[in-house]
Amino acid sequence: MTKVSMTVNGKAVSGEVEGRTLLSAFLRDDLHLTGTHIGCDTSQCGACVVHVDGKAVKSCTMFAAEADGAEVATIEGQANKDGSLNVIQAAFKEHHGLQCGFCTPGMVMSAAALLKENPKPTEAEVRDYLEGNICRCTGYHNIVKAILAASGQDVPAVAAE
Amino acid sequence: MPKDGGIGASSKRREDLRFLTGRGKYTDDINLQNQTHAYFVRSDVAHGTINSIDTSAAEAMPGVLRVFTAKDFEAVGGIPCGWQITDRHGEVMQEPKHPVLAEGKVRHVGDPIAVVVAETQAQARDAGEALDIDITELPAVIDMRDALKDGATKVHDDLTSNLCYDWGFVEENRDAVDEAIKGAHHVTTLELTNNRLVANPMEPRVAVGDYDFSTDEHTLYTTSQNPHVIRLLMGAFVLGIPEHKLRVVAPDVGGGFGTKIFHYAEEAFCTFAAKEIGRPVKWTSSRSEAFMSDAHGRDHVTKIELALDKDGNFLALRTDTLANMGAYLSTFAPSVPTWLHGTLMAGNYKTPLIYVNVKAVFTNTVPVDAYRGAGRPEATFQLERVVDKAAREMGIDPVELRRKNFITEFPYATPVAVEYDTGDYHATMDKLLEMSDHAGFDTRAAESKKNGKLRGFGISHYIEACGIAPSNLVGQLGARAGLYESATVRVNATGSISVMTGSHSHGQGHETSFAQVVADMIGIDESQIDIVHGDTAKTPMGMGTYGSRSIAVGGSAMVKATEKIINKAKKIAAHLLEASDADIELKDGAFSVAGTDKSVAWGDVTLAAYVPHNYPLEDIEPGLEETAFYDPANFTYPSGGYGCEVEVDPETGKVTVLGFYAADDFGNIVNPMIVEGQVHGGLAQGIGQALLENCAYDAEGQILSGSYMDYAMPRADDLPMFNVDHSCITPCTHNPLGVKGCGEAGAIGSPPALVNAVIDALQRGGHDVTHIDMPLSPDRVWAAMNG
Repeated sequence: MTKVSMTVNGKAVSGEVEGRTLLSAFLRDDLHLTGTHIGCDTSQCGACVVHVDGKAVKSCTMFAAEADGAEVATIEGQANKDGSLNVIQAAFKEHHGLQCGFCTPGMVMSAAALLKENPKPTEAEVRDYLEGNICRCTGYHNIVKAILAASGQDVPAVAAE
Repeated sequence: MPKDGGIGASSKRREDLRFLTGRGKYTDDINLQNQTHAYFVRSDVAHGTINSIDTSAAEAMPGVLRVFTAKDFEAVGGIPCGWQITDRHGEVMQEPKHPVLAEGKVRHVGDPIAVVVAETQAQARDAGEALDIDITELPAVIDMRDALKDGATKVHDDLTSNLCYDWGFVEENRDAVDEAIKGAHHVTTLELTNNRLVANPMEPRVAVGDYDFSTDEHTLYTTSQNPHVIRLLMGAFVLGIPEHKLRVVAPDVGGGFGTKIFHYAEEAFCTFAAKEIGRPVKWTSSRSEAFMSDAHGRDHVTKIELALDKDGNFLALRTDTLANMGAYLSTFAPSVPTWLHGTLMAGNYKTPLIYVNVKAVFTNTVPVDAYRGAGRPEATFQLERVVDKAAREMGIDPVELRRKNFITEFPYATPVAVEYDTGDYHATMDKLLEMSDHAGFDTRAAESKKNGKLRGFGISHYIEACGIAPSNLVGQLGARAGLYESATVRVNATGSISVMTGSHSHGQGHETSFAQVVADMIGIDESQIDIVHGDTAKTPMGMGTYGSRSIAVGGSAMVKATEKIINKAKKIAAHLLEASDADIELKDGAFSVAGTDKSVAWGDVTLAAYVPHNYPLEDIEPGLEETAFYDPANFTYPSGGYGCEVEVDPETGKVTVLGFYAADDFGNIVNPMIVEGQVHGGLAQGIGQALLENCAYDAEGQILSGSYMDYAMPRADDLPMFNVDHSCITPCTHNPLGVKGCGEAGAIGSPPALVNAVIDALQRGGHDVTHIDMPLSPDRVWAAMNG
């Protein structure tokens, strides 16, 4: 067992993990942050996307030990300080960008990373960026709309109903 | 103007707050104190005899509590099948035993052989890999045509063959259909495959079993679309636990699409083992496991023939299908290719004579059952493909051929035993052509040609049957269940309301839309109403959510219960207002005496019901809680026109979907935003089937597409923005809301539209291609174009 320490959503945490413990398992099982979801075992679905030192990472593809000393952000830390939804979360709600909610945490975290590096993406750029996030419910239509809206762009101009 | 609340308003979803902040509670988020973990050891061969299982090494591994095999389940029943088909000779289907763990033989890759229960998931898995299982591999039957040959290897030794049933419908029409086809001016024939799919809800299946010795109560937390159905099937048929000692909870469920309807061995195992071990037992499926243990969908091979007169009028339709059941009968598998498929073969058309033959076949593959649409996509695909092919063969515009044969008078009794109550197929076709700028297609096609691409437009016009019912009819057809729905409306003393529904939401947003209906009926704010679902301890016996039945059946039960509430509340109001209850009107949450200014608020009436000081106790009981069970008189029949515009790259065969247009008639609509979302999702799954997805087996029965590395799930960059419309409305005539259901339409109507579009593109490009089997991957399209 190895001791790991990291900052998760601004809070210092530590725990004892096996070498094979994935970051996703550490977040879910040790820290009880169950908003990070596991939808596959081949690093394809993206339900487990978190931010590690500001970069979007599939937390099932990284050992907990590798995140030792890192700044980790998960879906649980995304809302505004007063508990209200942040701009991306609010846009997902406004544009019905989620149905069952299972892929949603990863979608929101990926969207946040996209808008950080590309604040005004085109529809094609959004779709391209989401290549590593699978949703089975929405057909992506309203997710793409939500992300474009969160970027401050005029949604009806780019998205047909 | 859009409404800002109640029926017809695009109310934002109350579910979203918890899902967007990571506070959803899915089954895998449930961890019980002192919990243990189960790991299923599954067959890696498609067919084989189990010679021995040596558990000693595994049992000695760290953390291992117990290893279970079939011998531990000798006193337990098999996994039951919920539908018995009677074949065209009057014989009941062949129904093999489906043990919880394989007994003596394994019959598909993924068939569970043993389960290790250990302190941690990793320890259970490590020990599972140390199990010594000796299996003699046997020849496997994978292709349905091979499985039906004389002398074929049998999947089940105790059955006479691999034929589950040979179903004919309507059997009395068989000879007349043959005659009509023989004498017809033109007959269009098409042979096609409806590709095997894996539903792939993003949340894998999970089961957590718990047992309380002090009360003898079992609890199962499970990823289910219908917890009451699981309780009944597992309690009564597998484990012998009476309902009052068995609670099934399906909390937030991350998508279902049919594959979470069925009762699975893992649920029975965790419930059983929790008592045996004396601690909670949890199993979480990996995605790889899901590919070989979740029931698959579709997998039909069909020959369809359409007979027409010289003017293009449909005279007769004959269709022969082989339907893959897989190795065992999943819960509702036998009903899918029969009653959910044959009854839809009239489509939107007044074809006078129809005969449907279906042979259901056992193979050494994962069981196949309902997947979004379940039988109706298979019916629609073959019908809308053969109609399109007939139009091309006869030189008639595909739109005009459809219009010529549309049913226009309702109610309409089809020759396949169902009666459509309402519809207006010309209206949805008109809307589709308008939305898709059909008139401008030639200009766009010319532009594509300039760029070296082939552009095509394809249409399909579907009918769906939702809210399967009534129970006494489906019982005659072989269902071993009722198909009603239930609701309890509990009004609290201060006027807030809890609605306990038998429907289950796993993405459909019932907590929002169901509340809109009750709010609208009473005239109070939606925030005053909570929808409770997914727990047998809280909700009345209900059948759950599938077949686009929730608003049509579950919603109707809720309306009926709310009507009872309103009737009783009017009596209380009449007493308080010293008037006759016949004169009481309810509007905007207040009861008034007609023609006067006397009124009493909703909250005053509800308070009186629970603090009955000034109350007609001699006439009515205190309290305000009512339950209704609703059993529909008929199916509902949504319909619609779907159009797909594609571009094909002749160099590579790659198909790009440029536009997709859906003009649906869903009857009345409660929440347009949610309805549009349902259509979007269905379209993505239908386009996925047509373009990308395929569950492929090799000849030995190994799954070739058993992970997201191999199974082509639609991604954001595979799909366009969709154009959807639901303004064509012919309300259902037999349910109180006039609703029809919208969950599956997208997956039903889209595959034939897409394939028709590609065929259109290729033919416009001068290629003599009349059919390509799904998925239309670049290699298949390129091969078809290049002979």
